[in-house]
Amino acid sequence: MVVSGKPGPDVVRVENVEKVFQIRKDNSLKDRLFHFGKLGREHRSHYRAVDDVSITIQAGTTVGLLGPNGSGKSTLLKIIGGIIAPTSGEILTRGRMAALLELGAGFHPDLSGRENVYLNASILGLSREETSNRFDAIHEFSGIGEFIDTQVKFYSSGMFVRLAFAVAIHTDPDILLVDEVLAVGDEAFQRKCMERIAQFRAEGRTIILVSHSAAQVQELCDRAIVLKDGQLVFDGDTNDGIAALRDVLEGRRVGEAPGAVDLPIEITSIELLDGNDRPTKRVRPGDRLKVRIHVDAHTDMEEWAAGFSIDTPMGQMMLASNTERLGITLPAISQGASHMDFEIDSLNLANGQYFVNANVSKVIDIDSHILWQGANFTVRDKSPNLGPLSAQVTVSAS
Amino acid sequence: MVELVEKKERYAALANSPFMRTGPSGFREGARGGKVREIFERRDLLRLLVRRDLQSRYRDSVLGFLWTLIRPIIVFVMYYVVLGKFLRAAEGVPDFAVYLFSGLTLYGFFSEMVVGSTGSILANSGLVKKIYLPREIFPLASIGGAGFMFLMQCLVLVVAAVALGALPAPVEMLWFFPSVGLILIYGVAIGLLLSAVNVYLRDVQYLTELLVMLTMWGSPIVYTWTMASSAFKTMHLPAWVIDVYVNNPVTLGVFGFHHAFWGGGTAADYPSDLSLRMLIAAVVGLALVFLAHRVFTRLQGNFAQEL
Repeated sequence: MVVSGKPGPDVVRVENVEKVFQIRKDNSLKDRLFHFGKLGREHRSHYRAVDDVSITIQAGTTVGLLGPNGSGKSTLLKIIGGIIAPTSGEILTRGRMAALLELGAGFHPDLSGRENVYLNASILGLSREETSNRFDAIHEFSGIGEFIDTQVKFYSSGMFVRLAFAVAIHTDPDILLVDEVLAVGDEAFQRKCMERIAQFRAEGRTIILVSHSAAQVQELCDRAIVLKDGQLVFDGDTNDGIAALRDVLEGRRVGEAPGAVDLPIEITSIELLDGNDRPTKRVRPGDRLKVRIHVDAHTDMEEWAAGFSIDTPMGQMMLASNTERLGITLPAISQGASHMDFEIDSLNLANGQYFVNANVSKVIDIDSHILWQGANFTVRDKSPNLGPLSAQVTVSAS
Repeated sequence: MVELVEKKERYAALANSPFMRTGPSGFREGARGGKVREIFERRDLLRLLVRRDLQSRYRDSVLGFLWTLIRPIIVFVMYYVVLGKFLRAAEGVPDFAVYLFSGLTLYGFFSEMVVGSTGSILANSGLVKKIYLPREIFPLASIGGAGFMFLMQCLVLVVAAVALGALPAPVEMLWFFPSVGLILIYGVAIGLLLSAVNVYLRDVQYLTELLVMLTMWGSPIVYTWTMASSAFKTMHLPAWVIDVYVNNPVTLGVFGFHHAFWGGGTAADYPSDLSLRMLIAAVVGLALVFLAHRVFTRLQGNFAQEL
């Protein structure tokens, strides 16, 4: 879903931004007076939410900010949006910015839907005239119907959110900041929102999105930025970014094996080979793929077993097999390094990045050694289809 | 292909627009014309926020906007009967009713401004936390709402003064503008400062209520300033106490308002050089607005996480 065309001018520059929160344990004048000066300092602790982050974002890109809870991604978004000032560093932005940090912020329950539309549009920077011109479009998009003149407090939460979203996307921003708000409304409305976001991208608008949903980021973004404890740990391609996020979440680096304890056999690495036995990282649909598992046997063994699986970056298993399922017993292995191959005749996966895991053991599922994400590959599929599978689809009509 | 054209135009427009710079001090530079201009550009929003506050205040009440008048009138009657008649403050003050009501109206404006704007940032915390707006807009919206109620009460004041035949010469009524201007300047300065400080120290809102009450009794509203100055003399207080009393901006504003609506006054009812005093107070007030805004800008950078 990458929109072609050259990137636009820089719209956001984050320069060495740092944000330190001061956490106070007192909050009344009395406490504050008692704890003034030296004592006061003991009653404060510091928390570095964003640590020396520098980013430049060009117009027309859709950027996903990823990271575990507390990694500072929402804080960074708020700093970009001017809602929080940085402790040090600078933010430069240009163009009209709309922040969708919370839908319906500024909706007043006692006012009617119509009055709230005008108020909210004004908060997001539209003049009265502009709002009047777009009112019908907003009304229609929201699907609120005749309830538009009812007080908002009588709305269902779905109606509330739909109206708020409708206003937000009709404000013509150059930069749209989105924080976890896209998971709203029923499925039909969500699809409508996603379509509108896609249209926003085609129109050269910049979107900065904070999300916990790797799937959403993968679907929408051209670029992923991963934060960990306030520090920037990854900035680049979305698929690699999601992989980096998984590593951060699991607290380790790619290909790093967990410490093994007295296993009879261990995997040293996983290698991917194409039809001509050359190492490969890119696979086209229908290609032959060989998964070579390099092992290190600690003792001579009469028999042994192995298996592999292919996952999406979100951990969805796409394919898995093992020697037992295939009805095969691997021949005796002597102590030392060795390898075995699984050969996949024709791999029909759709566009995306995939990880290969493998496991070996003396007897299947006992004392297994598993290497998670020992290798990865990317599928580049030219077909226009959607979904996790690749297939040739033709059309005929009678 | 419309989209492509739009994209090109957008890029071109963006490439030509200057960067807005946000630094640790909380200043946003690059917005041409600074804060005043930024707020002026959001005047539509300011108007809507004022309307929202007013509309929601009396929504679902039968009497609605009449309440903006009922409350001050009840307060007025109470003071008139208890202070004017029981305690005999009305003696020696011609048209005491108009004297009292004009003072109360102006004071009401001041108190409404200060109390309203002090809580304004907290009351709008949902917006402050989620959207960038020039935050000054919230105290200003409170002041706008107070201004609307004030004007409604002024109408009642004029009607009452006409009915009682207490209005001074029309030229005298021009005092209305400097006194309202003066009160407005101080309302903005105090409102800006306290709205920001209140985010960090919630004690401020209780302190404010106290302060506003003191202002009421510290100005010649329910009594005359000659009563106060002679009392000061019998108490053997130094002369500067009287100066402080007379030159406090609310007192000066109330003097001006008496000039404008209370025809019964003589030269003895006002201190000397009232216009000069008001001018000086206004200049000092403007400096305070500037300072208060500096403090506000400093503090607002952390509003979002303090709320």
